[in-house]
Amino acid sequence: MKLTGAQILWEAMVREGVTDIFGYPGGAILPAYDAMLGYPIRHILVRHEQGATHMADGYARASGRVGVAIATSGPGATNMVTGIATAMMDSSPIVCITGQVGSKLIGSDAFQETDITGITLPITKHNYLVTRAEDVAPAVLEAFAVAKSGRPGPVLVDITKDAQQGSCEVDWAAAEPHLTEAYDDALPGDGDYREAVELINAAERPLILAGHGVMLSGAEREILALAEQANIPIAVTLLGIGGVAASHPLNLGMMGMHGEAWVNHAIQEADLLIALGMRFDDRVTGNLKTYAPTARKIHVDIDRAELNKNVRVDVAIAKDLRSALVEWLPHVTRRDRVEWHGRIDALKGDSAVRDIQQLPDDGHLYAAHVINDLWRLTEGNAIVVTDVGQHQMWEAQYYKHERPRSLVTSGGLGTMGFALPAAIGAKIACPDSEVWVVVGDGGFQMTMAELATVAQEQLDVNIAIINNGYLGMVRQWQEFFYGKRYAATPLMNPDFAKLAEAFGIAATTVTKRSDVADAVHAARRVKRAALIDFKVEQEDSVYPMVPAGADLHKMIRRPSPIVETAAD
Amino acid sequence: MVHTFAVYVENKPGVLNRVASLFRRRAFNIESLTVGHTETPGLSRMTVVVDTDEYGARRLEAHLHKLVPVRRVDNITTTPSITRDLALIKVAATGDARTHVMQLVDVYRARIVDVSPESLVIETTGTEDKIDSLVEVLRPYGVVEMVRTGRVAMARGLTPATRLGVPRGVPPADIGGDVSNCSV
Repeated sequence: MKLTGAQILWEAMVREGVTDIFGYPGGAILPAYDAMLGYPIRHILVRHEQGATHMADGYARASGRVGVAIATSGPGATNMVTGIATAMMDSSPIVCITGQVGSKLIGSDAFQETDITGITLPITKHNYLVTRAEDVAPAVLEAFAVAKSGRPGPVLVDITKDAQQGSCEVDWAAAEPHLTEAYDDALPGDGDYREAVELINAAERPLILAGHGVMLSGAEREILALAEQANIPIAVTLLGIGGVAASHPLNLGMMGMHGEAWVNHAIQEADLLIALGMRFDDRVTGNLKTYAPTARKIHVDIDRAELNKNVRVDVAIAKDLRSALVEWLPHVTRRDRVEWHGRIDALKGDSAVRDIQQLPDDGHLYAAHVINDLWRLTEGNAIVVTDVGQHQMWEAQYYKHERPRSLVTSGGLGTMGFALPAAIGAKIACPDSEVWVVVGDGGFQMTMAELATVAQEQLDVNIAIINNGYLGMVRQWQEFFYGKRYAATPLMNPDFAKLAEAFGIAATTVTKRSDVADAVHAARRVKRAALIDFKVEQEDSVYPMVPAGADLHKMIRRPSPIVETAAD
Repeated sequence: MVHTFAVYVENKPGVLNRVASLFRRRAFNIESLTVGHTETPGLSRMTVVVDTDEYGARRLEAHLHKLVPVRRVDNITTTPSITRDLALIKVAATGDARTHVMQLVDVYRARIVDVSPESLVIETTGTEDKIDSLVEVLRPYGVVEMVRTGRVAMARGLTPATRLGVPRGVPPADIGGDVSNCSV
């Protein structure tokens, strides 16, 4: 039976298990939209194509399944660029389908023509330009295989209008992809598991650095087995949060620029770093010259190009993390490492008294208090989707994630505007989970048009705006490093509660700590979307902070309310 | 140091762009790049010459492997191999000069492939050194036009070419220590 290219597109996606898709129609993708009605696919109409890509991304991160976004040619396709780059930096498997002008018109500057495969070449794992109906099935099936394989990432398939309209027979068996696996064969210089195990067994002060790869590889159980078996504490990256339960006694918390002080000190004092599925981003290392000076290093990453990129390591293993750990575990010896754990406890020092959670609110509404209250009130069970900036760091510090994939956040690219659309994707992927958006007043306004999508799809997404009237993180940098000259950071905001009400979304404004619990309870009670505008302390800063390029242990600390200790 | 890669790629539209874009994106300069068919239908072979250190070469190899249409990457820098460049050189030579040029062409085992009243076209194949040298001796006679293919290379015998493997050596970022080395 002959199918049109448009039908083949949907047939291929149904075969890939796609049930939900985020998109926005337009001329060049109309044949695909028309054919969509014949397939069991839920289409979520977005308000901007950037939103569609973030939704697909949030969908993928919350569920582990490939997220799919669809848009038309020209501006529809170019609007996807930020979302694609976000997914690329954070290894998120998404497939973007774009319509393209007819194949005869390519290169003629036709209406709504743009070279989207050229534009997205450096920000996709791979992309395809499909000009014949015959090529739709192999391209789409391969796109899903590429998105999921190895280190996941975004793939774009650009399909001309005539390829959607033309028809052909499909041999589905012949259309199956045959990818060369770039990661399967050991190469000279690839570390052997024996070298890794030897270093681990001999280490007195080892530390596991756990990244996003723990979840991408499904190695949550194995990493705990390693830590528990050998009594090794774990530090996590921002995207590694949730891979190890926050309440696990060996989990020290987040490392890096706004990581816990004792974690950064532990890294600097360790004699072995075991880096698992993380990539030594400059936000976690600080000054490379003084980074972990006494530590030998083991690095496991499925992407060989990440090994020895920023930090020179002693054992570099290019391998799927889970299979690497399975190989190690039988050879890792039980050790107590009492001294090292004692030292880490000592490193915690006066952190507790500096912790804003220990401080009375004194009538102020601190963002950190709001987020900590939110954690308590949701019993740590929500999927929290954050934007980028101060609120993101406070979320990472004060919302204790117990489950993998329960924090969805833009790490590598730092994409403001990510939170609301990504949360929509997360909610579609996990309809039974409670989903909270934690977003700043700046980032929220970048993609707040998607409130209409929330309303139209009747999604139960709760939104907490951490509203300090500034582009807060930039303001903090201006305060610390630019003499408090607040160039272009104060914001004049709309009344967010009224705005939400215009979309039929329940909303309230909170200005006092004592009102936080009631507002959160009310938002959770209604089985539809709710928005809370938390008007928080305007000039609060995120502590600790490692200034960009500074030594990891030289952090700016929250001024201690009690006494400065000698260590300061 | 100059590194030579033989890169086997699927012969699909845009592959050259993908490889070239990778070099640009990762800030490597291509000294020369040639591409042509191989003995296997559907498979093309690129010879890419890059001036980089060992660390850079390993990084490039790792990145090249991540491109979907790239099937194999061989680094033949240290493998015993034959490398050739082809050049067409147009020299303005009349009268006595023409005789001198023809003698030089003989010495270099090059060939004259076109003769006109005012000029000669010389074809030569060889290592880049040899061609550079021929060009230098012809220059006094007036080289009016020249085109070169860039290097093609093939390992000798049946010894498998090496793959460098995991990036090793000193990461450039390791210089560290100042804020200019930090992304933002």
